[in-house]
This record gives sequence, C-alpha cells and structure tokens, in this order.
Amino acid sequence: MDLFRVLTDASPLLLKGLRMTVGITVMSLVLAMILGVFTCLFAISERKALRPLRWLAAFYVWFIRGTPMLVQAMYIFFALPQLLRLITGANVQISVFTASLVTLTMNAGAYLSEIFRGAINAVNKGQMEASRSLGLSYGQSMTKVILPQAVRICLPSLVNQCIITLKDSTILYAIGLSEIMYYGKIYVGRTFESLATYTWIAIFFLAVVSLLSFISKRIERRLSL
Amino acid sequence: MSVNENMNDNGIMNAAEETAAEMHLSGITGGVKKVDRSDPKIIVKGLKKSFGSLDVLKGIDAEIDAGEVVCVIGPSGSGKSTFLRCLNLLETPTGGDIYVDGDCITDKNADINKIRRHIGMVFQQFNLFPHMDVLTNISMAPITLKVLNKAQAEERARDLLRQVGLSDKETYKPADLSGGQQQRVAIARALAMHPDIMLFDEPTSALDPEMVGEVLGVMKQLAAEGMTMVVVTHEMGFAKDVADRVFFIDEGIILEQGTPDEVFNHPKHARTKTFLNKVLT
Ligand SMILES: Nc1ncnc2c1ncn2[C@@H]1O[C@H](COP(=O)(O)OP(=O)(O)O)[C@@H](O)[C@H]1O
Ligand SMILES: [Mg+2]
Repeated sequence: MDLFRVLTDASPLLLKGLRMTVGITVMSLVLAMILGVFTCLFAISERKALRPLRWLAAFYVWFIRGTPMLVQAMYIFFALPQLLRLITGANVQISVFTASLVTLTMNAGAYLSEIFRGAINAVNKGQMEASRSLGLSYGQSMTKVILPQAVRICLPSLVNQCIITLKDSTILYAIGLSEIMYYGKIYVGRTFESLATYTWIAIFFLAVVSLLSFISKRIERRLSL
Repeated sequence: MSVNENMNDNGIMNAAEETAAEMHLSGITGGVKKVDRSDPKIIVKGLKKSFGSLDVLKGIDAEIDAGEVVCVIGPSGSGKSTFLRCLNLLETPTGGDIYVDGDCITDKNADINKIRRHIGMVFQQFNLFPHMDVLTNISMAPITLKVLNKAQAEERARDLLRQVGLSDKETYKPADLSGGQQQRVAIARALAMHPDIMLFDEPTSALDPEMVGEVLGVMKQLAAEGMTMVVVTHEMGFAKDVADRVFFIDEGIILEQGTPDEVFNHPKHARTKTFLNKVLT
C-alpha cells in the first residue's frame, strides 16, 4: 500500500497546509462571533435610532446568504481592488490572506448572527418580562438572563457552523490561499499520487471535525439546564 | 422579541401630542409630574390600552391605598392581565396616567427601571430563570442592581426562602421543583427587591389543585404583613377571605367594584351576576 509511504513523504507539506486551514478558520471564527453578535443585536433591536443599523444587518445577511462563497472570495480579492481603484484612483492591493480572512469572517458572521437571533428568540418571552419586572435594564436582562440561555440553545448550531467554516475554507484555494488543498494539489502535481493524497486530506478533516464534535458534546452536557 | 419595543428607553412610547403636553407640564414642575403624597398608593386615571385596532382597556379609573389587597376578577380576555401589566409598564398604556406614591410613572421622564424595583410581579407561568439555582434566582436582582452586596443578598434570599418554606431547596434548579414550589420561589424573588407593591397575575392557575393552597398561604401571610397587593385570580375563596376590595373587569372597564361582600353577595350588574354564577357553581 502506498498510503503510508505517501503520508511520510507528503506530511510536511500537508501539515503546513493544515496549519493554515485551522489557523485561518479559528481566526475568522473569533472575528465572526463578534461580528455575528453585533449583527444579531442590531437585527433584533427595535429602537428607532438603530433602524439604519437594522437595515444594514438585514442587507448584510441577505447578501451573504444569497451569494456563493466562491463568488464572495473572488469579489473581495479581484473585484474590490478594481472598485477601489475606480473610486480613489490609488492602486490598492489586498493580500490573498487578508481577502481570505475577510471572506471567511463575513460568511461565518452572517450565519452566526442568524443562529444567535434564532436562539434569543427561542428563549421564553416571560424571561425578559420577569427580569425587567425586577428593575433590570434591557442590557442587564440580556446579559444576565437571555444570553446565557441563548448560548445553551445555540451551542449545537454554533459547533455546526464552526465545522462548516473549517470545511469551506478549502474554497479559498481558488484565490490561491496556501491551505491544505493548495499543498495537496502541489504534491499531486509533483507525484501523481491523487488517491493517497486526497484520502489523507479527507482523513485530516474527519479527525478535526470528530474532535470538535466530541468537545461540543461534553460542553453541551455540562451546560445542560 | 417584541418585549424590546415596550421596554427600551424609559418604556414610554406615548403619542406625540401627549408627549408635548407632558413636556409642558414637566417644564413647570421641573421633572416628573406629582400629586399630593397623602393620596392613595396607586392612582389610575383613564387608563387605555390598544393592541393595533383592538381596544383592550377602555378607560380604567381606580385608586388603591397602601396596604390594601385588591382582587381583580372577570371573564377571560377582558383585559385583567393587561391592566396589571400596565401598572409596572410591562405594557405601555396608550392613554391615561398611572401614579405610584404620587409619581406619574407614565410620564416620559419617569425612570422605569427605578419604579419597577419597588413593584414586584408574580406570573402565572412562574418565569423563574432556569439556568440559575433557587438562591441565585432570588439574589440576582439585588446584586445586579447593587442594592445589596452578594453576602447580604444571599442572606436575604435565605430569609425569604424560610418565609416561603423552602429553606432546604436553595441549591435546586427550578426544573427540579414542583409547580407550587416554583411559584413560592418566584414570590421570594419578587420580594428580594423589597417592593412595597406586589402584582400577581393568576399565580395559581398553572398549578395542580393540591399545590394551590401552599401558594395562597404565602400570599395570605404577605397580605397580613401589610403588603399592597393587586391580584388577578380565579380563586374566589381567596378573594372573599383576603381582599379588601374586588374589581370586576369586563370588556376593558371596571364594571363593578366594592368589598367582597358587596361584589359577591350583592352584585349590581347582570354581567357580574352571570360571571359569578359561572365561576361559583
Ligand atoms: N401583546 C398583545 N398583542 C395583541 N393582543 C393582545 C396582547 N396581549 C393581550 N392581547 C389581547 O388583549 C385582550 C385581553 O387580554 P388579557 O389582558 O390577557 O385578558 P385576561 O387577562 O383578562 O384574560 C385579549 O383579547 C388578548 O388577545
Ligand atoms: Mg390573563
């Protein structure tokens, strides 16, 4: 079997790619959580003063959900610099890494905001009322009563989104990000070992995703109400 | 979630012309509208509430004295809950004014969060916080609002648990309690903020019959201690025993009010009689 020979041979390259894949996924997920929380808070706010932000949030989610991530990546990497050149006249360059990070973050942020919104809405309406009736403000009620319950509710979907983002990061291969597919492709080009290489890449993903699922099950059990 | 709407800012979203009138008034008094302090604890003047085109409260006038226990009865859908929820502005009135301790709480300058601190509310569905244990449910508000420090708040929570007979349950999660126990915790939670008014919205309606007594017992004790209470209830026995006055609300107005004897034994209106016949037989 060539499988193990290929593994020892290709592992320096593939691990380099995997490091990028996992690294950019983690970074974008951290940023996307922040983006997602704010987008969600704007989306559910009913204050008149925040209405433009609510529209902006709705537009953002609509746009991300309505376009493939490949198109978004191409747009940010190729089309955006051209647009900026048209507007400012300056020659703007966006690095592959930056474009990839922005794409992945924007994408996960939109889906996370929807996940958060669903979870907040799933918390019983009486919880907010009970909290407000004690004299807590809207913000205090959110942080003390609603969000802790919403986090428990959305945890499975949250982990699911992390998995999707990890796997979707391979799409960024198309704009030249040096992630795992990029190095896999290089190795295959050099050795023609398609079967072994892609088998290992699939196994890498399965291992990381299984680990994530395992951790999330444990957290879920500990947080259960 | 739709509660936000009522609750942002000061929870006041009156019509523009009303706001203008109040600005004029508060310009004179330099703040919140006032009435004489010797007046009743709660004064309700021409209270109206509509949901869209549905007029639920059509002009309620009422005065409730300190220490008084008022039971609110009436057919389902007549606006009892809406009336109660207006008293702590969980619903924003669409007309009229409410005064508590002489302060107009429907004034747009009123600090709604401050006002709610001394008006406790108990809900039909308990609405305990499921992610907190019993002790934290009770101590959370005074700690968060910095009325008490953690040690003081927990001491007070333990006192209250003793009062409602649940001293042994402080580490329990709400889900591990019976309905009657949950409702007693909910009463303790409301009392933790030292309210001087307590609102109850059908506190025993979600309970199995054998648990109704324990909750009514706690409420009786509270009434005996001089708490001002407004209780929406279908427990006519409780209303007869404990209430100083009974309001019969029908189709958004207080159709009839008086002592329990007047309302239950000598009702004036045909609709009151019909309602009482239905619930008492
Ligand atoms: N948030 C709301 N939105 C729309 N309609 C409501 C709302 N709350 C109550 N209502 C309506 O107002 C009427 C009175 O309700 P409620 O005060 O709960 O009655 P009761 O407590 O006497 O049974 C009902 O017709 C109910 O459907
Ligand atoms: Mg009701």
